[in-house]
Amino acid sequence: MQHGKYRFIVGFLVLPLGLYALFVVWPFIQSIYYSFTDWTGLSPEFKMVGFDNYKRMLHDDIFWKSLQHSLLFALVLPLVTISLALFFAFMINVGGRRRKGGPVISGVRGSSFYKIVYFFPQVLSIAIVALLFQFAYNPDSGAINSLLRGIGLGSVQPLWLGDPSLALWCVMAVLVWSTTGFFVVLFSAGMASIPAELYEAALLDGAGRATTFFRVTLPLLWDTVQSGWVYMGILALGAESFAVVQIMTTGPGGPDYSTTVMVLYVYQKAFRDGQAAYATTIGVALLVVTLAFAAIVMRLGRRERLEF
Amino acid sequence: MKTTETPAPLPAESGASVSKVDVPPPRPARRKRDGGVLNVFSHGVLIIWAIMVVMPLLWAVMTSFKSDSSIFGSPWSLPDKLHFDNWSRAWTQANMSDYFLNTVLVVGGSLIGTLALGSMAAYVLARFDFPGNRFIYYLFIGGMSFPIMLALVPLFYVVNNMGMLNTIHGLILVYIAYSLPFTVFFLTAFFRTLPTSVAEAAFVDGASHTRTFFQIMLPMAKPGLISVGIFNFLGQWNQYMLPTVLNTDPDKKVLTQGLVQLAVSQGYKGDWSGLFAGLVMAMLPVLGAYIVFQRQVVQGLTAGALK
Repeated sequence: MQHGKYRFIVGFLVLPLGLYALFVVWPFIQSIYYSFTDWTGLSPEFKMVGFDNYKRMLHDDIFWKSLQHSLLFALVLPLVTISLALFFAFMINVGGRRRKGGPVISGVRGSSFYKIVYFFPQVLSIAIVALLFQFAYNPDSGAINSLLRGIGLGSVQPLWLGDPSLALWCVMAVLVWSTTGFFVVLFSAGMASIPAELYEAALLDGAGRATTFFRVTLPLLWDTVQSGWVYMGILALGAESFAVVQIMTTGPGGPDYSTTVMVLYVYQKAFRDGQAAYATTIGVALLVVTLAFAAIVMRLGRRERLEF
Repeated sequence: MKTTETPAPLPAESGASVSKVDVPPPRPARRKRDGGVLNVFSHGVLIIWAIMVVMPLLWAVMTSFKSDSSIFGSPWSLPDKLHFDNWSRAWTQANMSDYFLNTVLVVGGSLIGTLALGSMAAYVLARFDFPGNRFIYYLFIGGMSFPIMLALVPLFYVVNNMGMLNTIHGLILVYIAYSLPFTVFFLTAFFRTLPTSVAEAAFVDGASHTRTFFQIMLPMAKPGLISVGIFNFLGQWNQYMLPTVLNTDPDKKVLTQGLVQLAVSQGYKGDWSGLFAGLVMAMLPVLGAYIVFQRQVVQGLTAGALK
């Protein structure tokens, strides 16, 4: 199979690799270089300034706020989303009533219906979801506050996105709403591939549902949970949080910088304030946070792989 | 995987319970009641979440048929009559038709490009041994975990210098480039699972590498291509960050940007019912397609994470 092999390899790789190098790899390298310059992005002239941008970043209060919020996203969102999804997936697959003569472990009735419905948000654009919830959160005419009025809680009318202490949680709730379903379906698929004999053995030994979950299901699902955790964290630091914060919050990033996140701050510095070099500096910090997050999750989650 | 349809067979090794093999194991009464409570509880929780997922969507559909005054006056009331004019106004005056067309062009072009380029690269990386193979593979999959926003700042100027800012073909090329990491990752794993003997036989029969790829390997890889195609279709159709940065010309906007733009401009135009009609219009085709191709969509979106 040697004949013309290298010509074929080069011919097949040149287009994809060229496009990828030009639009992805090269900009990444450039942005690290730019973080050491005073480039505005508006004029082609710039000079090297060493670590000035990094020094400035360390004294930038808004940067620290955005870092704090991004870290909160990366910690809270995977925890909440994956716990909820594991719980729902376990209920769907194992929570069913034991019928006489039926399988030892059975899903609830209508499990496929739940899986279909839960997955809805996953196929919608995060931009559409953000717009929808922006209306729902509207303090005067939004769906949530008028629902509260309707059930006699007229005195509880939070400003939601307008309240600096609530806004960040409102944004996170939207991300939980839109991503949980994906993980329910993902974990369900994983749970379905766990052999029924293992559950039977656990039940025979007198294990309850909770014990079954923590001693059988979770360990066998660990790899999927871990990669889901990394995936969710990267989303929470990157594209998804950009869309919801940029669309939903006033400012965006407000009120009073209470919702600003790193990815939004990069965007604003580069394309609103004309400080491209400083934006890439914050971008490098975001890169460090993302890689550190992935490394920590992989490290903490490392355990012996269970074969079944 | 096998599902047990008969009463639970007891493992023969556990000597104590051998005698009960042919009857369903008797369960303590407490456990039974416990199971019943759990069943009610699990159904309750599952139904509540289902309602929480569906409610906002139904609310949006309902609101799109209401008049502006009742949207603000009583958000939960049913529409007094079905205001279909909201929909026609959104389609024509609010440029939804243009946004749809732009999105179809961009996603159509980039989906074909992604699948073509992705499968070519993945095939070579999966099947051929050459110096630098590993390096190129990790270069591609490294793109999955890097924050895209970092690259977008210089990318804006790269695309600008090439004169492709605010053009459909510029956006297509960028979409393809940013879809390649996952596509190459997924398809490389897929090509590795295909048997080598068929390709070798074709090659022995005198087919060139190129011909073997297009006539033998691509048809064999169809299930993988469908999965990754669905994944990329949804990702590209719903893409918001890339067009927000690279595509700021009002005439070239794609659906997601157009809707956000529409929402911002309603601050002074005040056509909220039209905006809701636009939102629902953008939601329905994807939701409809999902319900029809439910199994394939779920497989496509979860396959990568389970690998």
